[in-house]
Amino acid sequence: MAQANPIQHPTQHVIQHVKQAFVAAIWLAFLTLPIMVIRVDTVEKTVTWRWMNLAYMALGSFVLALAWYCMMERRDQSQARKDLETVERDSALSRFLSDPRFAKPLMAFGLLVAAGFPWFFSMYQTNILVSALIYVVLGLGLNITVGLAGLLDLGYVAFYAVGAYTYALLNHHFQLGFWTVLPLGAVLGAFFGILLGFPVLRLRGDYLAIVTLGFGQIIRLVLENWSAFSFGPSGISNIDRPGLFGITYSVEQATTYMYYIMLALVLLTIFVTARLKDSRIGRAWLALREDEIACQAMGIDNTRAKLMAFSLGATLAALMGVVFAAKTTFINPASFTFMESAMILAIVVLGGMGSVLGVILGAFLLMLLPEYLRAFSEYRMLIFGFTMVLIMVFRPQGLVRAKRKVYKINVEQAG
Amino acid sequence: MGQGMNEATNRSAESAVLSVRNVSMNFGGLRALSEVDLDVRPGEVVALIGPNGAGKTTFFNCITGIYTPTGGEVTAYPRTGKPKRPEGIRINGMRTNLVCELGMARTFQNIRLFPSMTALENVMIGRHCRTKTGILGAVLRGAATRREEQEVVDKSFEMLTKVGLEKLANEYARNLPYGAQRRLEIARALATEPFLLLLDEPAAGMNPQETEELKQMVIRIREEFKVSVLLIEHDMKMVMSLSDRIYVMEYGRIISTGTPKQVGEDPQVIRAYLGEDSDA
Repeated sequence: MAQANPIQHPTQHVIQHVKQAFVAAIWLAFLTLPIMVIRVDTVEKTVTWRWMNLAYMALGSFVLALAWYCMMERRDQSQARKDLETVERDSALSRFLSDPRFAKPLMAFGLLVAAGFPWFFSMYQTNILVSALIYVVLGLGLNITVGLAGLLDLGYVAFYAVGAYTYALLNHHFQLGFWTVLPLGAVLGAFFGILLGFPVLRLRGDYLAIVTLGFGQIIRLVLENWSAFSFGPSGISNIDRPGLFGITYSVEQATTYMYYIMLALVLLTIFVTARLKDSRIGRAWLALREDEIACQAMGIDNTRAKLMAFSLGATLAALMGVVFAAKTTFINPASFTFMESAMILAIVVLGGMGSVLGVILGAFLLMLLPEYLRAFSEYRMLIFGFTMVLIMVFRPQGLVRAKRKVYKINVEQAG
Repeated sequence: MGQGMNEATNRSAESAVLSVRNVSMNFGGLRALSEVDLDVRPGEVVALIGPNGAGKTTFFNCITGIYTPTGGEVTAYPRTGKPKRPEGIRINGMRTNLVCELGMARTFQNIRLFPSMTALENVMIGRHCRTKTGILGAVLRGAATRREEQEVVDKSFEMLTKVGLEKLANEYARNLPYGAQRRLEIARALATEPFLLLLDEPAAGMNPQETEELKQMVIRIREEFKVSVLLIEHDMKMVMSLSDRIYVMEYGRIISTGTPKQVGEDPQVIRAYLGEDSDA
């Protein structure tokens, strides 16, 4: 009945949707009658009937249901239209963003705002932005593993933890500075990436997801329980902030400094991932994601491609771990739960798997919205979950669909 | 070009580019291939035919490294291409990607393209094993990388032109019509610069006209790229007119081999295809 019949007149559709929504509203009102309407006071021994609530409930659910049915129909129609067309059309958003007339000034403007941000906004805002930027890099890192190479990694946060603990422990025991540990952390991240990569080479899909999930849990549990090594749940505090030629600076200046470090790292990551995406390596990853058997049969070394994807993703996560430890000056295993992995994965999926721009947008959306929705903090997870469901229903490809590069061909050879 | 082809065929008429001896493949207790012998000589089009379930695709998987044969020898003699090993190299159990790098490229019975990549990119994947840009090169994108990249693009486009898909270069592979997908698979295989092209039912699902075009294309490709072709096919008209030699397989065994004429007259082949005639 919900199936849209193309011969029907549009108004008939609307009438049908109204009917459907009406039935849904009546049904829901009936179901919620006991909780919403009847109130039994056991002390006074009275029963109150709040009929107005029933009306609100019915009206609210009617409007929501109607909107839902109309949106579903629009989606089905556009899907049907897409099936008829051979040429794929991009969404308005990605067309707008890929148009150089808008993209160039937009990028310049974005960079300008980013460069001046700490001077115009408070330390609090800058701090939030630094967190968001960390998640941008984490998202871009996981995008290599999940979005490009198609290896579903649910334990990504483990590498983030590796980076953070590398800096925290080396700083605590040997007083090594931020700039020394940054490359060290990256190397260690790559090492752990390969370490995880080897046993999961033969796995794919769900199996891979479960093993990586386990790996993430192992790292967290080790950190939590091996107190002699990692100081257990109490964590490590008083981690040094990044050094600046031996100059001492205030907390506020530290935030600004951190912000610029992060901005540089984000730009570097965008540069690296964007270049990799359209290179020989990036294409090999895509082929690996699309069809593993065909990929190997066409001469691509699957083992190498997978390990590269794992270790590169892990390297970026470990780098961010070092930054995170330096930023917060305190870390404990609670920062590296599965929830974080899920969040980073959500950034990648919501933004658009394989699309650099999409992941950046996704990170900002998922990190900044909850910050500014503090007023609704009780409903935060509810709104969050609801948004995710909506996006997956209406835009399963993410905010920005990954677009393939159109290559320039030297047409000199005769066909 | 055709003349050079003939010379090459004459000069090494006896030596093979691929020689399969006694290859068997067991899946648990099931014997899918038993003691298969097969040769492909330079510039030849060899067809492998047989009823459904005879083990033809299993055979392909055995010689391309997807399966490791239970017994026997598969030897390749790459004479052209990058890793020249004219003395022969044993390839059973070798990794699939190395077999491809050696110069044996295949297509699949059920098309296996990379659906969300463009047609051009699909072919570019074929160039992967002939190029060598690493992570650092890709990030820095120096002069050498850029040159290699442009070469890959141009060469891939050339391959698309050879199979008549140049107009569809920037279309996603999943949006191509069926016949074009089949041809794209061939272009992708050609891009790896093979000495032997392995085609697994290239004409499956094609109408007679498309099949004829495909046949002409295979002939053209063989001449132009000097490749040998080993193909599995069910379309008898195509097999009979295209192949130099035919191997007939039934229940994992080669039951007959020879020129199309010889095979067509072999009573065993007729029995395998038409069933036992009780009056005979």
